[in-house]
Amino acid sequence: MKLWLAKQRYLIDFTLLALARRKTRNLGLLLVYTVLVFMLASVTLYSHALRQEAARVLAGSPEVIVQRMVAGRHDLIPPGYLEKIGRIRGVQMREARLWGYYYDAVTKANYTFMVPATNAPAAGEIVVGPALERSRGLARNNGISFRSYSGKLHTFVIADVLPQASELVSADLVLMSEESFRAFFDYPAGHYTDIALSVANPLEVRNVALKLAAALPDARPILREEVLRTYASIFDWREGIVLALLSAAILAFGILAWDKASGLSAEEKREIGILKAIGWETGDVIKMKFWEGLLVSLTAFLLGFVAAYVHVFHFAASLFEPVLKGWAVLYPRFQLTPQIDGLQVATLFFFTVVPYAAAVLVPIWKAAITDPDSVMRG
Amino acid sequence: MSRPADRALTFLALAGIAFAGCFVDAVRLHAAAAGDANGMTALVAQLRLTDLALFTEARYTRHPSQADLHSAYQDHPLALEHFPTGSLISPPAGLLQATSGVGAGETAK
Repeated sequence: MKLWLAKQRYLIDFTLLALARRKTRNLGLLLVYTVLVFMLASVTLYSHALRQEAARVLAGSPEVIVQRMVAGRHDLIPPGYLEKIGRIRGVQMREARLWGYYYDAVTKANYTFMVPATNAPAAGEIVVGPALERSRGLARNNGISFRSYSGKLHTFVIADVLPQASELVSADLVLMSEESFRAFFDYPAGHYTDIALSVANPLEVRNVALKLAAALPDARPILREEVLRTYASIFDWREGIVLALLSAAILAFGILAWDKASGLSAEEKREIGILKAIGWETGDVIKMKFWEGLLVSLTAFLLGFVAAYVHVFHFAASLFEPVLKGWAVLYPRFQLTPQIDGLQVATLFFFTVVPYAAAVLVPIWKAAITDPDSVMRG
Repeated sequence: MSRPADRALTFLALAGIAFAGCFVDAVRLHAAAAGDANGMTALVAQLRLTDLALFTEARYTRHPSQADLHSAYQDHPLALEHFPTGSLISPPAGLLQATSGVGAGETAK
């Protein structure tokens, strides 16, 4: 074992000295390789963390949201509609929601006006989301006016600002009392935006949705699992787009690495010929090249991954942020919680380290099994 | 330590430690952010929220899960979507299957 280790150390010594002879070329390759791993790892780490964050946060959303459809469009819930749902077995809690959108010409952004079911602010007061507070320069007890869709100006006092830590879900929220909401939007009395249902047994959710669809043909039930799927597919799509954009870079690197690894230069062939002539065995030459492939690809993988981790979770993925996060006038500020998927890391490792190590070996094996004389003559 | 092999292996070992450190750091940050995450989940449950406030430009990007079906064209048939986030949200799976596998005649039936 000791002998074997000593032999490997000598082989690595030789490999490194051989690499140092073509320092610029090899360092360039290592740099490009590292950057490529960095980009791929950044995209996968970021998308995975965002997907997990969305799933974790939205796990608390209502099991079923019921919308009423009229001519294929979302319409208001009329009086009496809520009572019909109450008769469906399995529904533990039903609650009509009041919410809507308001376009603010000052910030050129949309806000989501909402009436909370519990702890609603007093009439004439509002609680605002942190992004809105920032963009309008608001503070507690300030007054703010919004011109409603009927043209009337409504003034509200900021009773509170939602915590910054919840910005991912509350950036643009404006919470107000039912009275203020109905007055602001001229909302017809007894009408609601949609209905949130709570179902006691999670296995019953789908049955409840089926019963709803049968009892209320104009209802569109939206299940929580569908909401979670929507977000998973959004971030999958985004990750896919970035990877598609990166594919040109990946292909370019593939060509570069393949050319470097598989096409032996005359100098390298001569080197192998000399090694064989002075007594190296074919196995030694292959081991030497194996070490070369492994050292280069493993260094690139480790450095690229660590840099990507630091970039995504300590520098908020500043390089790819606009593409990965998307953008909006009122964009939430949030720090992603790291979520590393072992399978994803293993896949990245397999597709970055193994092909390069393999590409190095094949041509060397071909050169190493030929006669040293003919290899040296080239 | 002056041998290149030793230097390279030491460097690789350090890089390996940094790699393992990423996983340790992830666990640490995860534990530190647990309070914020719980607060956010509680707010979602309290307000019965359904969507992340990521794209606030239009109703179908602010609440993608609640948007009307075919919402990109919902205002009128020629209203092409005009928000950048819309172009980054994937088309519904059924639409992709319809365009890839089923002919126009079949979908019309």
